[in-house]
Amino acid sequence: MGITAGIRTRWGKRVKGGVHPPESKHLTADKPIVRMEAPELVTIPLRQHVGAPCSPRVKRGDRVLVGTLIGDSEAFVSAPVHSSVSGTVRGIAPHPHPAGGESPAVTIENDGLYERDPSLRPLEWRDMEPDEIRRAVRAAGMVGLGGAAFPTHVKLAPPKEFPIDTVILNGAECEPFLTADYRLMLEHPEDVVEGLRIIMSAVGAHRAIIAVEDNKPLAVKKLAEVVRDPSIELRTLKTRYPQGAEKVLITNLLGREVPSGGLPMHVGVVVNNVGTARAIAQYFRTGLPLVERVVTVTGSVIREPSNLLVPLGSSFAAAVEACGGFSASPAKVIMGGPMMGLAQYTLEVPVVKGTSGILALSDREAAYEVPREPVCIRCGRCVEACPMNLIPTYLAAFSHREKWDQVRRLNINDCIECGCCTYTCPTRNPIVQLIKVGKAELARLKTLQEQRAREREEAMEQGGRDGDL
Amino acid sequence: METSRFIVSTSPHIRDPITTRKIMCQVIAALAPVTLYSVVIHGIHALYVIASSIAGAMLGELGVQKARRLPVTIDDCSALLTGLLLALTLPPRVPWWIALVAGMVATVLGKQVFGGLGHNLFNPALVGRAVAFVSWAAYMTAGYVKSASIGIAGTAAHRAIEKAVDVAGGATPLAAMKIVYDPSLSPVGPSGVPRGIQASSYYKPLLLANPWGCLGEVSALLLILGGVYLVATRVIDWRIPVIYLGTVAVLTALTGRDPLFYTLAGGLLLGAFFMATDYTTSPLAPRGKVVYALGLGLVTWLLRFWSNNPEGVMFAILFMNGLVPIIDRYIMPRTSGTAPRAKAAGGPCCATSSTWACAPSWSARWRRRGWA
Repeated sequence: MGITAGIRTRWGKRVKGGVHPPESKHLTADKPIVRMEAPELVTIPLRQHVGAPCSPRVKRGDRVLVGTLIGDSEAFVSAPVHSSVSGTVRGIAPHPHPAGGESPAVTIENDGLYERDPSLRPLEWRDMEPDEIRRAVRAAGMVGLGGAAFPTHVKLAPPKEFPIDTVILNGAECEPFLTADYRLMLEHPEDVVEGLRIIMSAVGAHRAIIAVEDNKPLAVKKLAEVVRDPSIELRTLKTRYPQGAEKVLITNLLGREVPSGGLPMHVGVVVNNVGTARAIAQYFRTGLPLVERVVTVTGSVIREPSNLLVPLGSSFAAAVEACGGFSASPAKVIMGGPMMGLAQYTLEVPVVKGTSGILALSDREAAYEVPREPVCIRCGRCVEACPMNLIPTYLAAFSHREKWDQVRRLNINDCIECGCCTYTCPTRNPIVQLIKVGKAELARLKTLQEQRAREREEAMEQGGRDGDL
Repeated sequence: METSRFIVSTSPHIRDPITTRKIMCQVIAALAPVTLYSVVIHGIHALYVIASSIAGAMLGELGVQKARRLPVTIDDCSALLTGLLLALTLPPRVPWWIALVAGMVATVLGKQVFGGLGHNLFNPALVGRAVAFVSWAAYMTAGYVKSASIGIAGTAAHRAIEKAVDVAGGATPLAAMKIVYDPSLSPVGPSGVPRGIQASSYYKPLLLANPWGCLGEVSALLLILGGVYLVATRVIDWRIPVIYLGTVAVLTALTGRDPLFYTLAGGLLLGAFFMATDYTTSPLAPRGKVVYALGLGLVTWLLRFWSNNPEGVMFAILFMNGLVPIIDRYIMPRTSGTAPRAKAAGGPCCATSSTWACAPSWSARWRRRGWA
């Protein structure tokens, strides 16, 4: 084990890019994780992950227990959903989803007994084959808890042609305000390391790196106490957003660049969040699937900002209530951090697997201006800040002017939407917003093109047959 | 469910407090000492020049925006900065109306005709100066550059320089050295060449109090301090000034002249720290900035030693400004995860500077108004 400082690549080259917004972590950094009482009704969406949504496995009136499977899917890229409380299913209906729009959700009336499903058993991963571990991880409904909610078992199943040599455990937590991962590393370092060993065993990697930003020295100390394995390296990274972005992390730790359009496995790496590792370890120890997670409820208008252990499906309103409610009326409520989080229009949305934080901003903090016409003074701050080495201002300008061939030429699809360009722009251009528009439009044009090509082919076939007659 | 009144927008939800106005004000602050000092050295007339230049620049911007019924952006301080920069490139005794006209030219022809802030190809202040320079050549040189010195009066160095300068016809240090080295170019002919004047005798006045030359040339020390402040606060990139000055110094030394003198003299420091670093007219990418700065150094050196004029900073910057779209086209950072770009793939050579990126919007506007 060694602690290496700095954000230098393997060749000692300093990695460019990123910004350093006010960290604002002091609000909750010293607050231990407290368990939150589930509300009377929990609403558990059947889509809490990237991939195919689940179909319900229970019906109205069924009695469910903590950990009972309530939704699953046949698809590979999907993760099952379990009940976080014991009680009775009240209905299955579309419900507002924190990631936007509505999603079918199972509403359960909580009986307050928290009776555990008796079929849940601890598992001994040391006796298990990688394939069994992956199946178990899928059965537990594990997804990436850093926010992206990508099904973990898919990450743990790289194809044979891409052998994994390194597992990176992401404890950077570079988003301002969020402290959920920090508290986990502080309070449960053994679980984090245990989960990392399970992941290493599942992907057959012999080396692992736990990466933590240097603004969390206590977490590094705690982890250093429990890491005894020479194959696990603990590394401190310079505090800089978006240090925790998968591709940035890989480049900064290993000096490897994930190819454009590729995945970390293409460079022999699997990246998991420390929260995910902890959840996996907990599952193997107790047999309880993913039914709760740590959420940082914070912001200047939250009366008692805290790190809550929230049963999934509890509404944002209930989580905020558990923190003493609002001290002033919030102007903006965000799921996640201020740089990449999603603004909510209602507090009725439930806490889902990808909810790393609930952030409430005051009128003053949420105030924003967008210029009528985007003006770029070409200061180059966005170019400097872009961790992917793109030219954000051109991407935005071309998107705005609908020059789709140009945005493609400038690799718009390599944008990770971290928002550094927009954060740092002195003319307040909505750069990343325009890039998102451009990406969506390119995707739309691509499907349209494919559809046209198909139609043309069909027409040709039709024509050929007509010609024969 | 009642509808809430939460603001819903896409991330990021926080912004750096930096604004265009703050950046402009920081540059103005960096120029403030040298501006005030120029008034001290050159007297009250310098203040009239500065005031008319700023007034001209702001009036030009205001006029165009009013005429085109565009939102007035005079409060972003960019026109103020353009006027100030222009004033610092003018001789102390230039008539106030030249400063006023040059100021208007700077923002109207240098900036607004291209579409305003962020769209101009050439440095507006230098466009204003170039127009004044070719239109009223007599007022911009010779007798109008020298003023009554107060800073170093009476010192031995002053007397020596005074003598040399008198011989050279009230020339600036650069012009005096030009006469020393290129007698054939001297307006007073080879007979008037001040033999024996050393470039090193100019060090002290150039750094501390230089009464010969434009307003912004009164003290190299104050310019350097202002430039260092801008680099330290990350308002400007270090690459352009450092590489520009370095290139000039190295090439000058290779030519067998005094590099320190040629770095301190003339408009080089003002140009390197405050003009060449103008965001809109310099390349976007760090590597492009390096190429741009090398080009600036080379052209300045060429113009200084092989043209009729003693100084070449203004035309060097204007020339390299013109190359910025090409530099930006070919020198761009390699996107992480992609292969090194082989010869700027795709489309015809256009649309790299924001000027060109926004061309479609002009044409759309023209169409709307039935102009095209």
